[in-house]
Amino acid sequence: MQQIHTKEITKPEYLTDLERNEIDHEVALVPHKSAAVIEALKIVQHYRGWISDDSVNAIAAYLQMSAAEVDSVATFYNLIFRKPVGRHVILVCDSISCYVMKYGDIYKALQEKLKIRFGETTGDQCFTLLPNCCLGCCDHAPALMIDNDLYKDVTIDMLDRILTKYT
Amino acid sequence: MAKSLKLVVACSLIHDSPFEVIITNDTMSTIYIDNKPFEVKAGKNLLEACLSLGIDLPYFCWHPALGSVGACRQCAVKVFKDENDTRGRLVMSCMESIKDGLHLSVSDTTAKAFRSQVIEWLMTNHPHDCPVCDEGGSCHLQDMTVMTGHDYRRYHYKKRTYTNQYLGPFIHHEMNRCIQCYRCVRYYHDYAGGKDLNVFAAHNHVYFGREQNGVLQSPFSGNLTEVCPTGVFTDKTLREHYTRKWDLTTAPSVCHHCSLGCNTIAGERYGALRCITNRFNSQVNGYFLCDRGRFGYEFVNSDNRITQPLIRNRAVEAVDETVLMDHLRTLITNNTIIGIGSPRASVESNVALMQLVGKENFYQGISDNLGFIEKRIVEVLQTGVVKTASLNDIQQSDAILVLGEDIWNTAPVMALAVRQGVMHTAAEQALQNRALPAWHDAAVRELVQEEKGFLANCTITTSPLDEISTSVVHAAPDELARIGFAITQHLNASLSPVQLGNDAMTKVAAIAAALQRAKRPVIISGTSCYNEALIRAAFDIAAALKATADEVHIAYVLPECNSMGLAMMGASSFENAVLRVSRNTNVTAILLENDIYRNMPAHIADVFFDKCQQCIVLDSLNNPTTQKADVLIPAATFAEADGTLVNNEGRAQRFYQVFIPANKNIQESWKWLLKLQALKNGTGNGQAHHPEDVLTLCEQLMPQFTGIASVAPPHDFRIHGQSLPRAPHRYSGRTAMLSNLAVSEPKPKQDGDSPFTFTMEGFSGMPPSPLIPFFWSPGWNSIQSVNKYQQEPGGALRNEHAGQLLFQYKQEAAPVYFKDMPEAFVARNEKWLLLPQYYIMGSEELSFYTSGVAELSPDVYIAISEKDAEPLGVVNGSLISIKVFEQTYELPVKIEAALQRGVALMPAGLPGIQVMPWNGYVQLVSVKL
Amino acid sequence: MERPLTQYIHPGCPPFDFKEYEMTGGYSALQKALKSMTPQEVQKLVQDSGLKGRGGAGFNTGMKWSFVPMGEDAPHPKYLIANADEMEPGTFKDRLLLEGNPHQLIEGMILAAYAIQADVSYIFLRWAYKKAAQLLRKSIQEAYAAGVLGKNILGSGFSLEMHLHTGVGRYMCGEETALLNALEGKRATPRAKPPFPQISGLYGKPTIVNNVETLCCVPHIVNNGAEWFKGLSNSEDSGTKLYGVSGKVNNPGCWELPIGVTMRELIEEHALGMKNGYQLKGVLPGGASTDFLTTEHLDVKMDFASVAAAGSRLGTGTMVVMDDATCPVGFVHNLQHFFAQESCGWCTPCREGLPWVEKMLLSLEQGNGTNEELELLQLHTQLLGPGNTFCALAPGAMEPLQSALKYFKEDFEMHVALHKCPYGE
Ligand SMILES: Cc1cc2nc3c(=O)[nH]c(=O)nc-3n(C[C@H](O)[C@H](O)[C@H](O)COP(=O)(O)O)c2cc1C
Ligand code: SF4
Ligand code: FES
Repeated sequence: MQQIHTKEITKPEYLTDLERNEIDHEVALVPHKSAAVIEALKIVQHYRGWISDDSVNAIAAYLQMSAAEVDSVATFYNLIFRKPVGRHVILVCDSISCYVMKYGDIYKALQEKLKIRFGETTGDQCFTLLPNCCLGCCDHAPALMIDNDLYKDVTIDMLDRILTKYT
Repeated sequence: MAKSLKLVVACSLIHDSPFEVIITNDTMSTIYIDNKPFEVKAGKNLLEACLSLGIDLPYFCWHPALGSVGACRQCAVKVFKDENDTRGRLVMSCMESIKDGLHLSVSDTTAKAFRSQVIEWLMTNHPHDCPVCDEGGSCHLQDMTVMTGHDYRRYHYKKRTYTNQYLGPFIHHEMNRCIQCYRCVRYYHDYAGGKDLNVFAAHNHVYFGREQNGVLQSPFSGNLTEVCPTGVFTDKTLREHYTRKWDLTTAPSVCHHCSLGCNTIAGERYGALRCITNRFNSQVNGYFLCDRGRFGYEFVNSDNRITQPLIRNRAVEAVDETVLMDHLRTLITNNTIIGIGSPRASVESNVALMQLVGKENFYQGISDNLGFIEKRIVEVLQTGVVKTASLNDIQQSDAILVLGEDIWNTAPVMALAVRQGVMHTAAEQALQNRALPAWHDAAVRELVQEEKGFLANCTITTSPLDEISTSVVHAAPDELARIGFAITQHLNASLSPVQLGNDAMTKVAAIAAALQRAKRPVIISGTSCYNEALIRAAFDIAAALKATADEVHIAYVLPECNSMGLAMMGASSFENAVLRVSRNTNVTAILLENDIYRNMPAHIADVFFDKCQQCIVLDSLNNPTTQKADVLIPAATFAEADGTLVNNEGRAQRFYQVFIPANKNIQESWKWLLKLQALKNGTGNGQAHHPEDVLTLCEQLMPQFTGIASVAPPHDFRIHGQSLPRAPHRYSGRTAMLSNLAVSEPKPKQDGDSPFTFTMEGFSGMPPSPLIPFFWSPGWNSIQSVNKYQQEPGGALRNEHAGQLLFQYKQEAAPVYFKDMPEAFVARNEKWLLLPQYYIMGSEELSFYTSGVAELSPDVYIAISEKDAEPLGVVNGSLISIKVFEQTYELPVKIEAALQRGVALMPAGLPGIQVMPWNGYVQLVSVKL
Repeated sequence: MERPLTQYIHPGCPPFDFKEYEMTGGYSALQKALKSMTPQEVQKLVQDSGLKGRGGAGFNTGMKWSFVPMGEDAPHPKYLIANADEMEPGTFKDRLLLEGNPHQLIEGMILAAYAIQADVSYIFLRWAYKKAAQLLRKSIQEAYAAGVLGKNILGSGFSLEMHLHTGVGRYMCGEETALLNALEGKRATPRAKPPFPQISGLYGKPTIVNNVETLCCVPHIVNNGAEWFKGLSNSEDSGTKLYGVSGKVNNPGCWELPIGVTMRELIEEHALGMKNGYQLKGVLPGGASTDFLTTEHLDVKMDFASVAAAGSRLGTGTMVVMDDATCPVGFVHNLQHFFAQESCGWCTPCREGLPWVEKMLLSLEQGNGTNEELELLQLHTQLLGPGNTFCALAPGAMEPLQSALKYFKEDFEMHVALHKCPYGE
């Protein structure tokens, strides 16, 4: 229920056919549109790497929600990126088993190699480095994940080989 | 002893074990608080119970209108298994149902320590800015901090900080003060349905605001200033001339910006009105106001105020009260005088004018059209066949039909009440046969999901209410009226059927069925379409529902704050006054607080002023009518006046003078008029009268007003022989206030018209409800102190006198149906039915003087249906010329899909645009560039 | 020794597809239940088997199911949800089941759904489990194709839909009511209980949330009976348990063992003892939100009651070993950082208390701690206890802290006294 001024909302055409089809599929599975918002955010992020203000507006319009409602959900979750990220996101597990197994050394090495700290993106937009909660492979700590690939029992020596796969 | 319904529910969380929940209904239970027995209402929670017993228990996330969610953990108490249990366990009192025989402790050391710890946690990030914070002195957080005894902070790390947002002209944002109680979102989003404020991020970075800078879109945003327990959302208009709550002189008032009569508290300092806050009234506005009502007060401080009596062709300085009176004596004794009343002036002022000029010479200052419709409303309500609906009745209703009235814009708080009715019904349905208490807000919302109670919203075009409506109809007013008659026919088959399209028929059947199932249906209509058939249709439906419902209510929305009071006087229209002055040449007209150019087309008003021999105008702001005055008399605004208004339901309510203006020229209209009366009679000075005397006179002159004199205690009402102070006892700096002029303290101003003083001296207890100038109780400086004035949290005030209802309901009165129905609406060739579109921000005369209101008001446009756009050859934004009363306007086009063909809409009431021939036909021509 | 849950899991090999699973006895429990048992009988059987939730709460699973409204008047749709969020630091057991035998979970879910007459089921999978997602998606498709999901399953008249939902990262999503909010597309803040999800869960409808491992036990119970399941263990509790060990041990890993093996057996026989040069100093027996146990507890049986008697919780059964070269203050700081970050921000003690605790621990680690702050930490372990906060996150967070303050008190005091970390950098 809002009024006063109607502001220009992001056009529904902003979303691609592909995105819209996938969102439609998710919408069909839930009792009301807004229940599919997390799915919609995942879909758009899948194609665009991150969720921009325009994406928030477009999803809101498409699901008949307000931008604030969408953003309230989007900003809650760790893995919805509301800022641009590099082409590859490196998630370093910083939880307890990896702590015991000295993930700190891995992080330090990554910092030196990439010249970025947690939360930053390399100048060539190749990597974004983020800390992440337990990746669920504590028996192979320390662990890290790049995009969809999980790396276990990581040692500093392995890093160059791992990183070159993405450059 | 309580009857209780037992239900065993199990749980599975790490530390939980199965236990039982007992819900009791509507009976009394005995509970033991710190070993003392108390009788409390079952079905409530422990926090409500403690508060209603007067026990000070701190809380944040709970709010009587919003229910419990258990987030802040501030309201912790100990509960014990039985009297032998000494360990007990800590619970959040707002989340615990009352169980008969329950033992709890508020003063338990662990509970106390925990409550004070919660404050310390909140303080880890709260700034130390009380001295410069707008909330200081009326801050719930301050109160609770003192209440828990927390004083020393052991946290010595950096506080987190936030960037604030621009939220528009009314609300100031200071996020660093946030204590994350979530009340703002729960109010703004969940309660009021606003979409553009929410909570963002997580853990201790949660942020409350908009998704980006911008004007808050809800017209109920101002309530955030009262809902937020600290200084995050504060009143920007107050900031412009800031005064602490304890330094305000306040009086109980009634909002003058629409016909609902929401109760307000108006605060003044140094002769300027500083702010309007909500005054709880369980039957009318409850806890909330709309932004027009809260922020529309700036006209009182406007540069455009009339401050000086003026007599045409005399030097301004030459006129003082004596000169004025001498001049008026001749005018009113030698000429025939007629009076033009006002829908925005008090009953007192209208009655004083009527008495002065005589009943037969008193005219309503409104058009025939409108007068006719209002007369119908009065007649209908006077039959007593159906009850008129208070806003509370609407909130409690289980099926609502809105017929033709855009209540969102013409009666905003009614729209808010309708929303609560809809939500409340959905909750009631979801809770049926569930062992879940209604105060458990989060759980109720989970159950309810997107369900809504029944609301049929039948209006000319789209409304924000549509989205919570079960059934939506957009059509021309005559069509809406026919739908109304068709609904009645469904309810009472003995009436003759109505021909409608198939689509409409299906909707009609569904609406009728839903209304018929309802126990407490409410039918809402009003004057804003200028269509009298709607009034009749609405009445017929309500009358027919008497057969099936436990209670039927009807609500009519009127244009102005005292439209009902004026309409009840039964005077004839302004057109008749025009006829009168055209026939008699020797007429002096007295115009009371009424800009005729807002009520009448300019050419008619012009005729009137041409023909009048002399015009005496009383008003508070310069306007086109005051330009025509031969004698201009400065009238007090509501803040400087005592008076009574009759709201849309026929509820008479008193508003009190907040301050005496320094300028002695400014006086209440009724006082001026009584002076004129004295001049005319040649007796006394007319100043021996008090408001209640005028109201007694009103009752004598017009029996339909019987009871109005008891709307409030008389002027000499005293408690223990004491007057009631308008200023709180902590009012500071009185002696310093005028020290730049003189060191000795001047004698405080006297108020002979009300039980109030203008100082902090007087009775310091709790006054009866129409006389509450501010809410304050020891330890409770914020508006949350309202709890202390209520019988139970959220319930009626103690000894509440919620106003005087002037229409009597007669259970036995049998309905007499109107039946006569308008023809179906057919779009005409090249002619459009012109109707007004109202705006909360912009359509009302006085609130426009608040710059924020003007800023948010729309630009002029003309809206037509999609189907009309093509033949006219226009698109959104192209120009259309419209010829009205010999004047041509070129206006941008707005295409509205919802409009019926042949209907055109224009924004109503914007300044600078003359009154349109509403509900008449106009020609539209596309302007070819 | 029987290993019903993992007998067909061979790390490194792809899991069974539908056919293979069926050939090794898969879906026979489903056949049996649908053909010869009423939903209530399945509930009763599972209740009698003594199966306790493996997600950490340890509540009797069959009993939990019995609170779901049944019969004609029961609200529909009802939901069954497999909690595969597994984000508790130190926990990696469900991953083994998800990646190793997805059909076992699906069969368990269908059985559970049948027992409560659910109409729709979800697997709430954490985002990072990419491989599991892929396998589950494929397996669900196979199950639909084989007619064990969808309308009228195996001609029984019972129908069930199943969807895979992957989360977007928040530890809170594992808490069952927050999980429901996440599934509804909302912020994953927890809900108040009562009402319990069994009564008002997903979209306000009756809902059961069970841990992956819990559900995987169900087909075996249906096939082999309650007594058999009880006989699997060597303690009061029934069945086997997936135990894990991580930290500086020689053979970190996850094994299915009779519930009630001792900690010593786990660490010494299965994890093959501490790495060379390291001594065991403390153990979190069941994930990040359980109390430390120490060398004195090595002979404690790893079952719900015994671990509780020793002052901790079995939790998820996956233990984190802290060695003598790791600073307990740093260790606990790491945990508290995690919990503070993962607080949803709903209730005050958790939202404001945990970051404060985290800051104090950091300051202590850096040598700036004071005795007053040690007391404050102690105080927080009580203030953030069960019942004081809205959900179990903060109380869980306090468990390792309170026990660290008990068992490793000198370490904390040394930090204050030396104004630096005695363990070096
Ligand atoms: C903060 C928090 C996180 C949780 N995370 C998980 C989880 O990742 N997986 C899980 O199965 N249970 C988790 N739980 C426990 C669940 O709330 C719930 O008790 C469990 O899923 C029930 O399943 P069960 O009865 O089969 O054990 C968590 C609880 C809390 C308080
Ligand atoms: S802004 Fe105010 S109302 Fe909203 S959460 Fe913060 S303190 Fe509460
Ligand atoms: S008022 Fe009870 S928890 Fe907030």
